[in-house]
Amino acid sequence: MPVTSVQLADSAWNDALIKLGNSFGAIAGFLGILLVIFFAAGRATGRLGRPLAITVFLGPAVLLLLVGLVVPLVRTIYLSFRNDDSSRFLGVKNYSWALTDQSIHQVLLNTLLWLIIAPLAATGLGLVLALLVDRMRWQALYKSLIFMPMAISLVGASIIWKFVYDTRDSTQRQTGLLSQLAIWLGWHNPPNWILSHPLNNFLLMVVMVWVQTGFAMVVLSAAIKAIPDEVTEAARLDGASGLRLFWYVTVPMIRTTLVVVLTTVMIVTLKAFDIVRTMTGGNFGTQVLANEMYSQSFVQFNVGRGSALAVILFLAVLPLVGYNIVQLRKERTTR
Amino acid sequence: MSSQISDQPSASDTAALPAVKAVRKSFSSPLGSLFVIVVTVLWTIPTVGLLATSLRPKEDVADSGWWTVFAHPNLILSNYHTVLFDGGFGVSGGLMPYMVNSLAISVPATLFPLVLAAMAAYALAWVRFRGSDTLFFLIFALQVVPLQMALIPLLQLFSGGAHLGGMTIIPQFNLSGTYAPVWLAHTMFALPLATFLLHNFISQLPRDLMEAAVVDGASHFKIFRSIVLPLCAPALASFAIFQFLWVWNDLLVALTFAGGTPDVAPMTVRLAQLAGSFGGRWELLTAGAFLSIIIPLLVFFGLQRYFVRGLLAGSVKG
Repeated sequence: MPVTSVQLADSAWNDALIKLGNSFGAIAGFLGILLVIFFAAGRATGRLGRPLAITVFLGPAVLLLLVGLVVPLVRTIYLSFRNDDSSRFLGVKNYSWALTDQSIHQVLLNTLLWLIIAPLAATGLGLVLALLVDRMRWQALYKSLIFMPMAISLVGASIIWKFVYDTRDSTQRQTGLLSQLAIWLGWHNPPNWILSHPLNNFLLMVVMVWVQTGFAMVVLSAAIKAIPDEVTEAARLDGASGLRLFWYVTVPMIRTTLVVVLTTVMIVTLKAFDIVRTMTGGNFGTQVLANEMYSQSFVQFNVGRGSALAVILFLAVLPLVGYNIVQLRKERTTR
Repeated sequence: MSSQISDQPSASDTAALPAVKAVRKSFSSPLGSLFVIVVTVLWTIPTVGLLATSLRPKEDVADSGWWTVFAHPNLILSNYHTVLFDGGFGVSGGLMPYMVNSLAISVPATLFPLVLAAMAAYALAWVRFRGSDTLFFLIFALQVVPLQMALIPLLQLFSGGAHLGGMTIIPQFNLSGTYAPVWLAHTMFALPLATFLLHNFISQLPRDLMEAAVVDGASHFKIFRSIVLPLCAPALASFAIFQFLWVWNDLLVALTFAGGTPDVAPMTVRLAQLAGSFGGRWELLTAGAFLSIIIPLLVFFGLQRYFVRGLLAGSVKG
């Protein structure tokens, strides 16, 4: 009997139900265990109550953080000094490979470019938009549409932009929007943008900026609204206006938020992994550290080298970690 | 679509207007407005192009740009049927199993960290004990550690257990081919940020309320259940949306812990593979991509208000 697509669809729905059933079963089990614990422990008050509450409330989270983040962190550092099955100590050999190998230089440079340019561009553009959009009619519409890419996965966004850059027709002619635009502007034979063009790294960064600008705009717009009236008014009476007012009053007043936004955008930029993997697979000179680390560890099984790259990535964002901690300290003491 | 984004809380909003206007005024010009409109259009065009292409017949896509649909609309839905069920991507069953996997991964991976983080945040905020500040601090610091740092050891742990010397600390579970490693990894990686954000809300609950409950003899369990959870519903909702989008859109964690099979891998994994290998069939690839973004978009436009509020509460201070 020939299998029709309707029958295929039927069995697909069956599998789907089973899978979703497993998923909701796990949720039910999780909530069930919690309920039992709460019911049993909820009776205990008084002297026993506090330690029991601390254990039950914090226990699972602390345990998961230890097993899932703290111990692995230490272990990655350990692995980075060992050979691939971690049976032998190698000293700094993995690191010296990472810092001397020619192909890794390009990777490090790309990562640095990503971490500097994409966050600055997204935050800067977000700030300009925040200043402009709030006095416009239909601002909610503009904000929603600019903010929307934030909901799209970086993989989805990459496909969207690959389509803009790199579409071909049946005769391998470029038909992407960008190529059409170039042709319309008089560039007869536009290049294969992301495959060979020297600016392809920046074309990939456009995707990240596209995704994150809306976030920066929304948060900064809220921060600008929160500036007290008197501050701006006083500066205005002193004769400040226009750009001076913006530079000497608005920017200092939102400096904290500006840095928080920049930090957040930078953390998301570490996920450039998705974009590079989807758009170029790391070829054509677009590889970044996260992808190199993934391919060393999970494709070529060079666990030692992969770990060393992970540690280098960590060192690259260490200033961020430090800054965040200092900031939190300040906040705690002023509270 | 709606006015939701602009109606953020507060009366200070209206109070601050005159002077804030002064700054804005200096930026106000027809040119400024034009700039915003141009950016908005630029920001929207790529997605519109994706949607339009996914609705066009194969021959049309190969012959003309998607913008021709405005002149000669010729739209079909069969691309979606093909990618979902017919295995147009060279897989029997098409994208359907992957889409189900995305859902089966996202819902638990949203709920688990949310509940555990709310509990931890409550304990850190209201059950003060020696070292609770330090603990909060450590959790906060873990937030910024790139998760690439944890991937290799965590994968080794999931596949081989943990051993110290000859002793087995954590036995080897046979979890491969199930969702469990993905759920666990997402839960672990989400905990620092979730705990931090929820702590911000929970620690601001009125002190009187908490003290009154303690005086009435309520246990911490009762306080958490009957006071903290209901009052923090908006914060929980906003983080739930955030986490759902994050998990649904994730590639790295899924790639590492789910592998590439239709058993457990989510849509992002499959689409990333296809984008690399699928040069010619844009009508199918765009349909697949649109399927992967439709649920996040629905969540986004439906719950925008809570999502934005959660973001703002986390990042705008003072």
